[in-house]
Amino acid sequence: MLVTVKYFASIREALGTGIESLETSATTLGALRDELLTRSNAHAEALARSRTVRLALNQVMSDESAALSAGAEVAFFPPVTGG
Amino acid sequence: MHRRVTVQTEDFDLSTEVTQLRAGQPGVGAVCAFVGTVRDQNEGTQVSTLELEHYPGMTEKAIEAMIDEAQRRFSILSARVVHRVGLLQPMDQIVLVAVSSAHRGQSYQACEFLMDYLKSHAPFWKKEQTPEGARWVDARVSDDAAAARWGLSAQAKVEF
Repeated sequence: MLVTVKYFASIREALGTGIESLETSATTLGALRDELLTRSNAHAEALARSRTVRLALNQVMSDESAALSAGAEVAFFPPVTGG
Repeated sequence: MHRRVTVQTEDFDLSTEVTQLRAGQPGVGAVCAFVGTVRDQNEGTQVSTLELEHYPGMTEKAIEAMIDEAQRRFSILSARVVHRVGLLQPMDQIVLVAVSSAHRGQSYQACEFLMDYLKSHAPFWKKEQTPEGARWVDARVSDDAAAARWGLSAQAKVEF
C-alpha cells in the first residue's frame, strides 16, 4: 500500500527531504520505521531508536504500536520546541 | 464566533485580540493573556535570529484540540491562540494565548494549561542563528515537567 511520510526540523534536514511517498507492507508505525531505517544511511542515522523521535499518524501524535492503513500520512519529528 | 487558532508569519496585536475575544460577551469578568517573545540569548549564547518551522494542518488541529481540552477542564468562556512562524528577531512576539472567564482563577489556570500543553505538544520547532552557526533548539526537560503537572505525558495523544 502507498503511504506518505513527512519529516520535520532536524530530521527533514538530515534526510534532505520533507516528504516521500512509499510502498510498504508494514502494518504498524514501528514496522514502517524499521523499513525506513534500511532505506539509506541518512535514514538509519536520523530515525535511529537511540534518538528521541516523535511520530504522528494522520496528524495526530501517535506511537509505534499504531496501525498503518493505505493512504496514511505518517510524520517523524524531534521533540517540539514552540511557544 | 471568533477564530480560535491562527498560525501566521505576521505580528499580532494583544489589544486587538483581547477586544475580539471579549466582543459580545457581557458574561466575561476576567481575561488572562500570555505573550511569548524572542530573547537575544539562549543557554549562554547570543541569538541573532530565530526560524520557526511547523507542521501545517496538524499544528492548527492540535491547538484546537488543546482548547477543547481546556474548555472541558476549566470554566472558561473563550480562548484564542496566535503563533507566529518563519524568521523572527529578538524582541519579536512569538505566541499569544488569551483566555476569558467569569472570574480570574479559571482564566489564569486555563492560560497556563494551554501554554504548557502547546510548548510540549504543538508541532513547532525553533532553529536559532548564533555566532557559532545555526542550531536546532533542544526540547527542555522543564517544559515536559510543566506539562506533566497537568497529567500530560510527553507522548500523550492530542485527540481531535
